Amino acid sequence: MIAELAELGFNGLAYGIVLFFMACGLSITMGLMGFANLAHGATAMLGGYVLVVAMRDLGLPFLASLPAAFAVAAIAGALFEMTICRRLHAAGELDQVLLTIGVVFMAIASATFGFGAGQQAIVMPGYLTGRVAFGPIEVSAYRLFLLALGAAITIGLVTALERSRLGVRIRAAVDNRAMTTACGIDVGRLFTVVFALGSGLGGLGGALSVNLVGLDPSFPLKYLVFIMIVVTVGGFGSMTGTLVAALLLGLADVACKYFLPEAGAFAIFAVTAVVLYWRPQGLFGRLA
Amino acid sequence: MTLAISMAEPRSRIAARGRWRWPETVFWLALAACYVIFPGHLQLLAQVMIAGLFALSLDLLLGFCGIASMGHAAFFGIGAYAAARLALAGWSEPLTGLVFAGAVAGLCGFACSFLIGRLRSIALLMVTMAIGLLLHEAANRLTWLTGGDDGLSGYDVAPVLGLFRFDLYGRTAFLYCLGVGFLVFLALRRFVHSPFGLGLEALRENERRVPALGIAVQRQVAVVFTLSAVVAGIAGGLLAQVTQSVALEVLSFERSAGVLIMLVLGGAGHLYGALIGAAVFIVARDVLSGLDPVYWYFWLGLILAAVVLIGRGGLLGLARRLPGRFR
Repeated sequence: MIAELAELGFNGLAYGIVLFFMACGLSITMGLMGFANLAHGATAMLGGYVLVVAMRDLGLPFLASLPAAFAVAAIAGALFEMTICRRLHAAGELDQVLLTIGVVFMAIASATFGFGAGQQAIVMPGYLTGRVAFGPIEVSAYRLFLLALGAAITIGLVTALERSRLGVRIRAAVDNRAMTTACGIDVGRLFTVVFALGSGLGGLGGALSVNLVGLDPSFPLKYLVFIMIVVTVGGFGSMTGTLVAALLLGLADVACKYFLPEAGAFAIFAVTAVVLYWRPQGLFGRLA
Repeated sequence: MTLAISMAEPRSRIAARGRWRWPETVFWLALAACYVIFPGHLQLLAQVMIAGLFALSLDLLLGFCGIASMGHAAFFGIGAYAAARLALAGWSEPLTGLVFAGAVAGLCGFACSFLIGRLRSIALLMVTMAIGLLLHEAANRLTWLTGGDDGLSGYDVAPVLGLFRFDLYGRTAFLYCLGVGFLVFLALRRFVHSPFGLGLEALRENERRVPALGIAVQRQVAVVFTLSAVVAGIAGGLLAQVTQSVALEVLSFERSAGVLIMLVLGGAGHLYGALIGAAVFIVARDVLSGLDPVYWYFWLGLILAAVVLIGRGGLLGLARRLPGRFR
């Protein structure tokens, strides 16, 4: 029983980490510019397909394909921001939501065109396929890898946000955009950089999720909901909030599927609605 | 200098806003004339009317109140399932079926309005989306009520008014949808041009000033959300009766996104924009998915992006800007 519960918790945390990767870029861009980018799931899907192509068609090893997924997604994100998003910064949320939903639909059609509607299969390297035992508790090696990578990247991100010059600027801009601009910081360019980094992390999350939840063209819509829930519940622009919300959602999802399989995703949506009714600004967000 | 304000002027202005204009007569006559002009496409035209009615219900929220919903298909679907369940229970009279569908959807809308009234902007979009997904998931699970993935079918719908039987070519279907659509449209038109409707536009333009004018925002939102849900429910009920089946698709996110697209395509806040957008959307879907059903999504996305980036105010906005450009 204990071992089972421990494994459930472990799986939930691993799923949560992937959700965190996919959501943290979106959270910062929303906190920074209030830009509602529903196409973030499409960026994650792009990362997933880059990983598939790199491993299956180019024969690259798994660990070398991950940075490739990050890079391609980051470049795509930067291009998207510079050509299209920029024109909608001043527009209302509805215009942003509609445009990015349009991008999602186009991405789904393009992925179907390029790769077919089926699930993509990849062959994982041997050291990530087995199971690792800690005494009575046995967990999958891939999830252990996810947790370790997740912890490393989260620590890296938090340190970068706290210590680096870029991080200081981002935090300043999230807190008070007008004042930051008055200090001579080009918030527009900062936003492009953040958008690219966020897209890259999203792509990395997508690439890591291929072996966990699978990859098919409906990915952006299927996970959009979970990403948005994490971001809204966590509170825009709050890294801690996003992490906590992602881990909670991951745990809740795995627990629901195990204990209440007949309820499906119902319980999660219900909890989200209740949390947002109670705190419209999210768990860690501040009132605008 | 006199401080006395005449009450006659605002009254006449409100009356002038609601005056019936001749292009509206032309519009409805043209719609009715479709019965003669396109006798082979009456089923499609019935779909246009249903979608138009659904888009009108969202227009009430978004165009007049400024409340955007990403899960409006929830009420459409509730109406469709309500009408189908009623028919399956043996009550096959269509008009009372629509009333029932509207009432059930309206009740749900009223319940939701308390959650909606507190929220604004992105949180509102997310919660409406979550409500829509919640219902979709619930309908998928509650197979005893909704038939789950298989949907509901195999029920009869009695002739409209006891006279007009539903036929294979969609003649009755089109005229029935047109008639119901026209009546609901008239009611909504009267509603938005009333002083209460004017108060709604105030809400859209500046929410903080509305309480200063002595208007209770919470009550306004509850009324409008309920009414919008009723109209969406009627549209859903129409679909259930005309096609004599209900699929899980009536609650899908695609339908919620689709109705937003129709409204933005036609132009929100004019009532007619909703109808025109629905017509363009349904016909475009028919033509483009006829070319290749898989890539309809691509065109859908392209239309959306184009509307947002180029066509502010939708087709009606475009039509209004054009004369100014050539002047």
